[in-house]
Amino acid sequence: MKSKLPALPYLIWMALFIVVPLGLVVYFAFTTADGQFTIANISQVGQYTGVLLRSIWLAAVATVLCLLIAYPLAFFLSRANYSIQRTLIMLVMLPMWMNFLLRTYAWMTLLETSGLINKLLGLIGLGPVQMINTPGAVVLGMVYNYLPFMILPLHSIMTKIENTTLEAAQDLGANWWQSFRRVVLPLSIPGIMTGVTMVFVPSISTFIISRMLGGGGNILIGDLIELQFIGSSYNPNLGSAISLVMMVIVLLCMSLFNQFDKSEREGIYG
Amino acid sequence: MKKRVLSLILALCTVFSVCFASLPAAAAAGSSKTKYSFDKSGIDYQKFKGKGVSINVYNWGLYIAEGEDGGMNVVKEFEELTGIKVNYTMYATNEEMYAKLKSGGAKYDVIFPSDYMVGRMIEEDMILPLDFDNIPNYDRYIDDSFKNLEYDPQNLYSVPYTWGIVGILYNADLVKKPVDSWDILWDPDYTGDILMFNNSRDAFGIALKRLGYSMNTTDKKQLQEAAESLKKQKTVVQAYVMDEIFDKLGAGEAAIAPYYAGDYPLIKADNPAIEFAVPKEGTNRFVDAVCIPKDCNNKEAAELFINFLCDPVVGYENFLTIGYSSPNKGTYDMLPDMYKKNEALYPDQQVLDNAEGFINLDTETNEYTQQLWTEVLSDDQHVNKWLIPIFITAALGASLYINISRTVKKRRGTYK
Amino acid sequence: MKKRSSLFSKVYIAVVLAFLYLPIMVLVVFSFNQSKSRAVFTGFTLDWYQKLFHNEAIMSALLNSLIVAVISSVVATVLGTLAAVGIHAMNRRMRSMVMNLTNIPVINPEIVTGVSLMLMFVFLKMGFGLTTLVVAHTTFNVPYVILSVMPKLRQMDVFQVEAAQDLGCNPTQAFFKVVIPEIMPGIMSGFLISLTYSFDDFIISHFVAGPTAQTLPLAIFSMTRKKVSPEINALSTIMFVAILAVLLLINIADIRRESKKKRGVQRR
Repeated sequence: MKSKLPALPYLIWMALFIVVPLGLVVYFAFTTADGQFTIANISQVGQYTGVLLRSIWLAAVATVLCLLIAYPLAFFLSRANYSIQRTLIMLVMLPMWMNFLLRTYAWMTLLETSGLINKLLGLIGLGPVQMINTPGAVVLGMVYNYLPFMILPLHSIMTKIENTTLEAAQDLGANWWQSFRRVVLPLSIPGIMTGVTMVFVPSISTFIISRMLGGGGNILIGDLIELQFIGSSYNPNLGSAISLVMMVIVLLCMSLFNQFDKSEREGIYG
Repeated sequence: MKKRVLSLILALCTVFSVCFASLPAAAAAGSSKTKYSFDKSGIDYQKFKGKGVSINVYNWGLYIAEGEDGGMNVVKEFEELTGIKVNYTMYATNEEMYAKLKSGGAKYDVIFPSDYMVGRMIEEDMILPLDFDNIPNYDRYIDDSFKNLEYDPQNLYSVPYTWGIVGILYNADLVKKPVDSWDILWDPDYTGDILMFNNSRDAFGIALKRLGYSMNTTDKKQLQEAAESLKKQKTVVQAYVMDEIFDKLGAGEAAIAPYYAGDYPLIKADNPAIEFAVPKEGTNRFVDAVCIPKDCNNKEAAELFINFLCDPVVGYENFLTIGYSSPNKGTYDMLPDMYKKNEALYPDQQVLDNAEGFINLDTETNEYTQQLWTEVLSDDQHVNKWLIPIFITAALGASLYINISRTVKKRRGTYK
Repeated sequence: MKKRSSLFSKVYIAVVLAFLYLPIMVLVVFSFNQSKSRAVFTGFTLDWYQKLFHNEAIMSALLNSLIVAVISSVVATVLGTLAAVGIHAMNRRMRSMVMNLTNIPVINPEIVTGVSLMLMFVFLKMGFGLTTLVVAHTTFNVPYVILSVMPKLRQMDVFQVEAAQDLGCNPTQAFFKVVIPEIMPGIMSGFLISLTYSFDDFIISHFVAGPTAQTLPLAIFSMTRKKVSPEINALSTIMFVAILAVLLLINIADIRRESKKKRGVQRR
């Protein structure tokens, strides 16, 4: 029982298919096509600062929107009675089992200039509004696809907040804002953390949502990477460099956020 | 929670397995005897029967007859005729196909590069010379004017599959201005109604022609100028697309798009308002060819497939589905007059004389164009870039504020 | 006051759910559309459901998806369960190191995992196909198995194993007769999570799939680049209805069992 040996196959597997491949990405990022050392790839990434910034921006907006939409929903759900709660959570998870490409494709039908939403707007004399092929549509796609990833962790953390705790706060004279600020928010921080990570990381690295809903003209980091590996401009060295930069950006964003979280918690418990 | 998730997923699996267990049986049920007669002279199609041979075919999307509306399913007919299994996959641009081959992970037996890409792959030693003894239909049926073209001067590596010109497809109900120049793709009056090629060679070709340069220029200044004009065009372009154009033009979602003439009849069938025009500045004349990559599984089986594609009957069925002009004499003879007289598919000699074919450019120019193209796609005039620095500063500021307030609190705590 | 807020919460929940289901409803409705258009509804038909079962491209992609999902989940479950047991036996420092490694594929953007595996397979000269898909899927599945087995191991009573050994079991027997049944729920949930992730994965498969093995998401992707055939809508409708039905059944069964339990407790 107390043997570490069973982990050995796993460690070998992970070394072979996680550590070495990431090492290869680093190797490619710092070499030319003939295997010579270079930092030209990394410096070339600088040309795409605009793309990087746009990706961070859109992912951040999508994450904040997800949080704003999911937070009240998770709270309301956690206050519902158990069997209703269970049914509703099931309904939240159900769309995740449908292929995400198809769901995104269905959004095209909805958002197009001659699409369903514009047709409805036309009935009441409005529109047509240009919705598809805008950054807004890309954000919508991200929010739509990743919203359940925000709802689920928030919900599971909020079910742990007892109604009695809230009542206690109110008995002690807190209004709803105070009881939210002092009780619900601090207790749900770990859920927010998980949710934000689970939405932000896939949003910043998506490459298919931007192509389907964004019109292909405003590419994101994910598109840029895909272009270099199996898309129109074949250059795996540059692609690796961009991947590396993206990993660093994601880590930076996450650690910045972590720090925020820690201080928040220390501020409360400390 | 975990238990709930578990039971949900467990149930899903049951559903999936029940659902799928019945599928292969249903798929196998629909086989039938062929109703077509193929030219089998000079070749033994049965050669690989029962030997478990398979080939990987990598083709453009919507570029073969797939048996819709009672037509021929070319791949299936070939499989039944020869007993060779065909793994059929699709790509959207020459460059994508090139990247997939170059990256080295996948083996393909038959690919369909365009003219300049054939040249590039010959130069980079990526495709094999064909054994024309296994492709007797080439000599019999391919029109001589499509042999020994400049991308493959001795015609060792490629067999022409389709040809055509690039033109402007537009919705006559929505576009009232005369369409006779590439300029219309830059016209601010049609902002948001214009689609553009999502591949560098075609996009730059148009921009260069519009500026009065050759599509095959290697002059960096001219390319730079073309890139600038493409960046300007971004403000009026709705989306960068390839085959998505069928959907968007067909549904009236967009009004103007440059595309390959061969797709015109198909789109017009969806939406009768669509018209085709050839810009006066001249356009691109292309040939899409069939080749065999160096790293193939079974060259002879691949050649059988190419020979099959050169069969007039197959060519005819392909024409009906994909609409691209065929270099096959036998196929051309079978076409109804309405197609032969279609000016998009079989344009006047004058149009052809004014058109330019793509040739393979040197590596440096290729790389430079790719880089410019990525710049065009990533260039953005809509989003305010200063929002990002503000966002980051705000985030940093917030974190700083929290840190300071925490320190202050702690200090106060120690005083107490 | 209380009433108004509960009404607001109901409306809010309804609106968010409507947002989540809107595109799915579009898919379902257009699976019954007579024409191939995805913008105009021209009339009701069931043709696409019939054609679906004769579409070999979709059917073989479905089969591939299933094969890859099942094999990779089984391999991931075996590897992951063994790993969890091994990690459980490690000291704190080593354990946190290994867990950090485990978290890499979970936190890393999927596209980076995809391209890194692609580079690796090319480097190893493994041709893209079923094997590379299975290996890639196993790699991103194992961490989920470990993460769901570890808590069960932590909850387990250590003395049970000792008791078994005192009663004459050798360590292997003790492992299979005591440990495995104890952590079974964790193993199962890890397996099923793997199965679903693998079945739905597009991004990583996009980089490591070859011509011989297209999975369903890949087939759908190549369709979304031209015209999506309504057959795919029909397939997703079937899957949606089946999933919904099973979930409802389980939910009802669970609620019944739950209420029985409650009654039992009250009686006591």
